[in-house]
Amino acid sequence: MTPRQAFWRGYLDCAPFILIVVPYSMLFGVVARDAGLDVLQTMSMSVLVIAGASQFTAIALLQDQAPVFIALLTALAVNLRMAMYSAALVPHVGHARFGTRALMAYLMVDQAFAVAVKTYEDQPEMTPDAKVAYYFGAMLLICPIWYGCTLLGAVMGQAIPESWSLDFAVPICFIALTAPLLRSLPHVIAALTSCVMAIAFAWVPWSLGIIFAALIAMGVGAQAELFLKRRARRFA
Amino acid sequence: MIDDTTFWLLTIGLGLGTFAIRFSFLGLLGGKQLPDWALLHLRYVGVAVFPALFTPLVLWPDATGGEVDPIRIIAAIAAFGVGLKGSVIGAITAGLGTFYALHFLI
Repeated sequence: MTPRQAFWRGYLDCAPFILIVVPYSMLFGVVARDAGLDVLQTMSMSVLVIAGASQFTAIALLQDQAPVFIALLTALAVNLRMAMYSAALVPHVGHARFGTRALMAYLMVDQAFAVAVKTYEDQPEMTPDAKVAYYFGAMLLICPIWYGCTLLGAVMGQAIPESWSLDFAVPICFIALTAPLLRSLPHVIAALTSCVMAIAFAWVPWSLGIIFAALIAMGVGAQAELFLKRRARRFA
Repeated sequence: MIDDTTFWLLTIGLGLGTFAIRFSFLGLLGGKQLPDWALLHLRYVGVAVFPALFTPLVLWPDATGGEVDPIRIIAAIAAFGVGLKGSVIGAITAGLGTFYALHFLI
């Protein structure tokens, strides 16, 4: 596969995700306008961050009058998973030039990452240059759609009346992101802990309760996983 | 309302911080591995953060002045049920669809 062919393969392999990215980015545009951001602010956020879940997180917390550092910390925590992506890409595209790697880092989004790594593993004969080209093909389909549809949502959002209660789209997004993550018992336990702790710490000022709840839930999930592994070993 | 200074501080911080996370291993740490304890906890970031965010927004929304709204709770359950099948967009559609349908009927 030449790099040029690899680029277009990546582009096409990511095409099914258009169905997810279009409504999701439009919804961000609409929700951001509903929260009081102007079109320039909405677009700046989508272009500088390109990470939907953390953008929704930041907006939800700012609307809740949380201090900036709490909103920032929570939104960054949501993006920590990308450190794993970054590490997973090193064996495949770590040879690229510094500037190229910086651009790859900027463009790193969930769906395209998942497609790229799966292809690299399925096709070990791909050359290093083809892998880089494939990566850019995959990301360059998703990112322009992400910008464009955020803009579309932001412009259309203005026309949506208050009575539509669009604020409710924010928790619905978080629920939609959580449910598919409940792959194992420790994940379910962590999610339930997070719900209960968020209620228990609702009185804590500056939305700090969310950070406490998340830290406790993360620890509980990890300990549950270790506990189940130990038990499985004992009965094996 | 969100004031301008707050917004720009947050957006620039989030942009730089997110880039630093994405660039970390690919850009600077190269072949280094994340320690096991970090990988173990990273697996639970999503399920630990998102429920803490949506639980208060569903139970006592600002839009109702903090009053419990049964329609929102039912719609949240609908979104969750569909989301368990693995579809993010399906879950959003189900949640908002239920929410508007019940508002329209009641």
